[in-house]
Amino acid sequence: MANNIQTAHRATAVPMKLNEAGSIAVSGPKRVTGGTPDDSNRVILELDAVDVFYGDFHAVDSVTIPIREKEITALIGPSGCGKSSVLRSINRMNDLIDTARVEGSIRYHGVDLYGPTVDPVEVRRRIGMVFQKPNPFPKSIYENVSFGPKIAKYGGNMDDLVEESLRRAALWDEVKDKLEQSAYALSGGQQQRLCIARAIATSPDVVLMDEPASSLDPIATLRIEELMFDLKQQYTIVIVTHNMQQAARVSDRTAFFSVDVSGGQRTGHLVEFSKTTELFTNPRESQTEDYITGRFG
Amino acid sequence: MTPTLTIEALAGDPKRRRKERRVRTLFASAGMVSIAVSILIMVALIGEAWAFISQVELASLFTFGWFPRRGFYDIPTLIVATTLIAGIGMIVAVPLGLGTASYLAEYASPRARRWLKPTIELLAGVPSVVLGFWALTFISPEFVQRLFSAAPPFTMMAAGLGVGVLITPLVATVSEDAMRAVPIDLRLASYGLGANRSVTVRKVVVPAALSGIVASLILALSRAIGETMIVFMAAGAVGGALRTANPLEPGQTMTAAIAALATGSDQVAGEGLAFQSLFFVGLLLFLITLVLNSVSNRFVRKYRERY
Repeated sequence: MANNIQTAHRATAVPMKLNEAGSIAVSGPKRVTGGTPDDSNRVILELDAVDVFYGDFHAVDSVTIPIREKEITALIGPSGCGKSSVLRSINRMNDLIDTARVEGSIRYHGVDLYGPTVDPVEVRRRIGMVFQKPNPFPKSIYENVSFGPKIAKYGGNMDDLVEESLRRAALWDEVKDKLEQSAYALSGGQQQRLCIARAIATSPDVVLMDEPASSLDPIATLRIEELMFDLKQQYTIVIVTHNMQQAARVSDRTAFFSVDVSGGQRTGHLVEFSKTTELFTNPRESQTEDYITGRFG
Repeated sequence: MTPTLTIEALAGDPKRRRKERRVRTLFASAGMVSIAVSILIMVALIGEAWAFISQVELASLFTFGWFPRRGFYDIPTLIVATTLIAGIGMIVAVPLGLGTASYLAEYASPRARRWLKPTIELLAGVPSVVLGFWALTFISPEFVQRLFSAAPPFTMMAAGLGVGVLITPLVATVSEDAMRAVPIDLRLASYGLGANRSVTVRKVVVPAALSGIVASLILALSRAIGETMIVFMAAGAVGGALRTANPLEPGQTMTAAIAALATGSDQVAGEGLAFQSLFFVGLLLFLITLVLNSVSNRFVRKYRERY
């Protein structure tokens, strides 16, 4: 049953690297795959019985996920299962929607992010976000990266920080000679890496990614996945994806969400959360197996 | 079985093509009419203005005041008054209009917006003659004269404030439209980086909407310079004015001077040099607006952030 996924997994796990020209060269030791996560990694984010409501609409029901440091945690599931709602509740982006309400608790380094004294602005500086569609500002490449540090009154050398962030986002070599040009002159894949550079420039320790590759072509997608693999040395990453192969390739742990349509409401809930390798090869729940083998969703 | 496709079958209905041509001609001529009218205005202005300039003594263009009946055509009098009143208007309208726009576009709840926006648009629809009367009967005694006890009832200050009230909704609605047109993605990006609302407005939304905002300001400034009724009623000095840069004195703007000459409120309509001077003033007004527009276009092209 899970055989086709296995094959897909293996096929894409062949170490691939993009050379400068953008074509795919099969070489290098780097594997774009999650591998076996280490249980010794600290849990830095705990989602504990999280419910998300939009007005009267109960979007997500009681989700509990521990997120470990320097791992990639993938949230997968069919449309409307609430995975993006859960992601947005982690850095309080849901606050921007008037009717949204989050119940339960999300603890970050032990602190309840929804505590009365917590400022969402501070939360978002520590928990950065990359969106589905690349959304650079209509400013220069340099200004895009320096935006976050500037508003946080960064005291160090801005040029160095911009370079460092762009290097980490694997974009420096492509843009170092045109930092003053508009970010809109970049390709979609480059724009998304710029958005990643912009997100990490504020030195967050968690980066949330909401389907970061869904609007990109396969080559640009691969670059983003490679980049995520590099980034997890430093950052904790939570990614929402529609693409199961992507979750299988990049993540250490996967949370599978489903949607319950009974009772007239479409309420999402967590079906299964485990190590990615286990979830894809030996799912505990039959619902998970149905989804990953393509029988539903 | 399938019939062969012939070239005639693809040629289309000649009737439809004729209709297409007719509609096209109709729209093209509509465009031509407005161009023709512009050209006619220009020709009339330039011709009469030239007649004035070639007859008038140049020294009378720079004297102590604007008294066309007595042969004193001091152009600086009109320019100073125009600048002063438009300036006061802008000082009122820019912060008020942009503040309103920012509030409506970024802060207001949908419910507040639902009644605020139509109210502001209603204000934009108040005829300027009503505002002129209001400037004279309310702004002047209740505001200007209360603050500056020595001020006469007709002042450029009262007119300027009235003009400010007139153009504020213009700035507010046009800027608000520009700000709301900024994609939500950019705001999310900003909030996601730990920006608060005011930083997002100032550093992301306003720069991205800059071309629309500047357009609203230019539109407002052009309207302020071209506004006639309020200044005609509230700034006084209908029969002529002394050159002064004091906003607490009466003054005459270019538009008010034209209105006064053309309506004959100083009894010169249709005769002689004084009447022709209004074409000269009109041409000047036209040129100022033209310069303003091209400067703003250049500015917008240089600084706009395209999204």
